[in-house]
Amino acid sequence: MTGTASLLRTTALSAWYGDFQAIFDIDFEIGMGETVAVIGANGAGKSTFLRALAGALDTRPGMLSYDGNDIGHLPAHEVLRRGIALVPEGRKLFQSLSVEENLQIGGDHGRTGPWTLKRVFDLFPVLAERRVQPATSLSGGQQQMCAIGRALMANPRLLLCDEISLGLAPVIIRELYERLVTIAAEGTTLVIVEQDINRALEAADRFYCFQKGRVSLQGPARGFDRQAITAAYFGL
Amino acid sequence: MSWISDIDWAGVLIQGALIGGLYALFAIGLSLAFGIMRLVNIAHGDLIVLCAYVAMIVVNATGVHPLWSIAVVVPVMFVAGYLMQRSLLNFTLGPSILPPLLVTFGISVIIQNVLLEVFGADTRRLNAGAMETASITLPGDVTVGVFPLVIFSVALLSLGSLQYLLYRTKLGRAFRATSDDAGTAELVGINNRHLYCVAMGIAMAFTALAAVLFSIRTSFDPSSGAINLIFAFEAVIIGGLGSLWGTLVGGIILGVSQSLGGSVVGPLVSDLIGNPVAAQWQILTGHIVFIIVLIVKPDGLFPRIRD
Repeated sequence: MTGTASLLRTTALSAWYGDFQAIFDIDFEIGMGETVAVIGANGAGKSTFLRALAGALDTRPGMLSYDGNDIGHLPAHEVLRRGIALVPEGRKLFQSLSVEENLQIGGDHGRTGPWTLKRVFDLFPVLAERRVQPATSLSGGQQQMCAIGRALMANPRLLLCDEISLGLAPVIIRELYERLVTIAAEGTTLVIVEQDINRALEAADRFYCFQKGRVSLQGPARGFDRQAITAAYFGL
Repeated sequence: MSWISDIDWAGVLIQGALIGGLYALFAIGLSLAFGIMRLVNIAHGDLIVLCAYVAMIVVNATGVHPLWSIAVVVPVMFVAGYLMQRSLLNFTLGPSILPPLLVTFGISVIIQNVLLEVFGADTRRLNAGAMETASITLPGDVTVGVFPLVIFSVALLSLGSLQYLLYRTKLGRAFRATSDDAGTAELVGINNRHLYCVAMGIAMAFTALAAVLFSIRTSFDPSSGAINLIFAFEAVIIGGLGSLWGTLVGGIILGVSQSLGGSVVGPLVSDLIGNPVAAQWQILTGHIVFIIVLIVKPDGLFPRIRD
């Protein structure tokens, strides 16, 4: 933490998929306006962690404290109303909705704030060109833009991005990360989950490294010993 | 076989098509519940009959024209649908399609027996007075009943308003999103459980509308539900699952088939075998056409289902 007020804190957060426990006793904290990267290998529990924050997994009361309130018992739709939005892994756009409708539905149940349909179209002009097309007709990068836009439409205070670079060309990834800077400049707090260590550390203020469902290392994003990160990443 | 030349072909086809509107109305409630929450409502036919009895109570208590009972039956059944989903059906939804099937089967049995207990096995019918027999003559000397025209107009209006609801409103957007991916819908702030209750409320409101028209056209008793369920299923399947206007086409095909079955196919078979069997062929022809469609186009005529 860099001296700012805490926005979200987890205390011994554990989450399960059925009988399988995917994350164990995670203590995590993010301050207002901060950008924090969560890195780790495949299956380290990064996505589970984000889904737990978003309320999509059953967590216990007391495990999640957001803006001073316990949200561990709240379902996903209530968590969103309080200002936590997730850009899910694999984008998960609604296939029978148009591009514009996918964005609109993101705002239908969210908060009011700076992000409107117009502002999202300004951020991603290509979406405006394709607003009436089905979301499935977009390219991978455009779909990712649409998924980010959908989450922004809820005007979240905390935006959770799950592997937004997955399967995309480097030039597109660079563009997406440039947009994240714009989003953070609005005062939005960001959690970025990535497999690409360099990409994540470049965008973030601090990082957590996950390994087999536990935090194996954490610290400031810049000036950290790369060898220590690699070791924490792979468990060498 | 001189009777063939006496057939009023235009009348038979038009009458059948107009009654198809009723089958489309039957199908709306079934289709909505399946489309949005993958819930196959086996009790749908019995709920139609239940609505008809509620309409009868309203008419008997107030003495109004049966069509006016819509103003009471539709809102009452909206609330009933909402509560049924909230108190019971929501608990049956999950990865398996079987629990809702079993529970709605149970509801079907309960409704039939409660109706039998309360109202007895007598056949009922609501009397709409002069409207039932009134007709207008179209150019070409074709006579069309006013009431079938009313049924068809209501079906068109219902499908039109449902189309507007699904594709032009915030609620409809939420319905389509939840139908696509319920988990992600929660992530964009949609309360699926509540949405399902609203969906069942709307499904029951359309069912109530259909039921009032049905109770004027056809006599009913507590066991009339099963055949209505089959008509609704057939209209949905012929039209193609998930297709709004396909359902209307499905209903029309079913209505025309039955109409032809009663006035052409039935007498034809009677002549061939030398026994009078015409009446049975009305409904049977509808079933045969349904099976032919299933064989030729298993997905229905206008399939929109994606998964």
